[in-house]
Amino acid sequence: MISKKVTDVKEALKGIKDGMTFMLGGFGLCGIPENAIAELVESNIKDITCISNNAGVDDFGLGLLLHKHQIKKMISSYVGENEEFERQMLSGELEVELTPQGTLAEKCRAAQGGFPAFYTPAGYGTEVAEGKETREFNGKMYVLEEAFNADFAFVKAWKGDEAGNLIFKGTARNFNPCMCGAAKITVAEVEELVPAGELDPNQIHIPGIFVQRIFQGKDYEKRIEQLTVRKKQY
Amino acid sequence: MLDKNGIAKRIAKEVKDGYYVNLGIGIPTLVANFVRDDINVEFQSENGVLGMGPFPFEGEEDADIINAGKQTITTLNGASFFDSATSFAMIRGKHVDLTILGAMEVSETGDIANWKIPGKMVKGMGGAMDLVASAENIIVAMMHTNRAGESKLLKRCSLPLTGVGCVTKIVTNLAVIEVTQDGFKLLERAPRVSVDEIKAATEGTLIIGEEVPEMTL
Repeated sequence: MISKKVTDVKEALKGIKDGMTFMLGGFGLCGIPENAIAELVESNIKDITCISNNAGVDDFGLGLLLHKHQIKKMISSYVGENEEFERQMLSGELEVELTPQGTLAEKCRAAQGGFPAFYTPAGYGTEVAEGKETREFNGKMYVLEEAFNADFAFVKAWKGDEAGNLIFKGTARNFNPCMCGAAKITVAEVEELVPAGELDPNQIHIPGIFVQRIFQGKDYEKRIEQLTVRKKQY
Repeated sequence: MLDKNGIAKRIAKEVKDGYYVNLGIGIPTLVANFVRDDINVEFQSENGVLGMGPFPFEGEEDADIINAGKQTITTLNGASFFDSATSFAMIRGKHVDLTILGAMEVSETGDIANWKIPGKMVKGMGGAMDLVASAENIIVAMMHTNRAGESKLLKRCSLPLTGVGCVTKIVTNLAVIEVTQDGFKLLERAPRVSVDEIKAATEGTLIIGEEVPEMTL
């Protein structure tokens, strides 16, 4: 067994530098790497580019990094829940590349799987396709999109083992598996880290080969963005 | 004239047995409440769930189970979770049968604008561009006119586009309209709405047949 286990978040983030490009898993606040984000805030790293579907909310998730002006550029599909983000974007302090959600996921998966680029129909005829190569296949137009090139991927899983194998839970899975192995170094934080051999190989979502460092996360807040419930009828 | 629930109720009639359906945020979300209970339908949410159920009971919510609107949800028997790339493979690969979404503008050639007002709102397209570029069956749910009373059914969209030539049907508070090669074809009128009212509220080319029935809900 090749061990990927590191002692804590500090060791897991060793090697991060100003100006680097990071991938961060999560959809809204669901399945975000809370420990890695907290450590990035703590580290005072700056001028970073973040590839993440959303930009957090004003006081949680990537919003914490935005608040300290640590992010130079965001590559996201939807940023509606964050006023500070909108302010920085409109004032020109923050560079933003809005990317269709499926394209964003596929740009991660392409990097993971060794494809330099791929054709997608998403965005054809819109400003997203401006300056990009387009091509017709079977009578339909497609846009050429390139794979991401990131330094670190920070992902969050439910369970993991020392070998770096990961299991996700519910919709906290989202972009996390697509980002594993899609950057030079993938750092996985998990709610429950177990010795190798304890997870059933049949149930692994992401094999450890895609993960370079894994650590036991702590103090997960798992904030709910939109609490929607119904009353029990008796 | 229909309210938002009325629009959702009319669209629910388009949902057929065996369909996998993706619902957008806003009026489209309401459609789930009106689908006949004698047919089998599964709702997909692009953040990675198929087989979405109703909101959880108070106290039973799980932060790890949400829909694309970031709302807490439940799952039904037969549900599955998957990653974002797999989710869009379902969408891009045309495995989802019906997509229902909102719009700011639709053109008579089926172009749709629903993600950006230049200089104003900055939210992003989310999964809308992938959805409209791929789905073959796209229904737009929206009000016929904007808050200023201007038509949202135009010859050409004025706002930045989400997709080109993709919308097949539009259900508004006034009418059901099909997008054809010749323009907007008026299929049905909302209860107590006249053809003239629909004509006045539609800027794009409106094709009116000899008889335009009132919709049944």
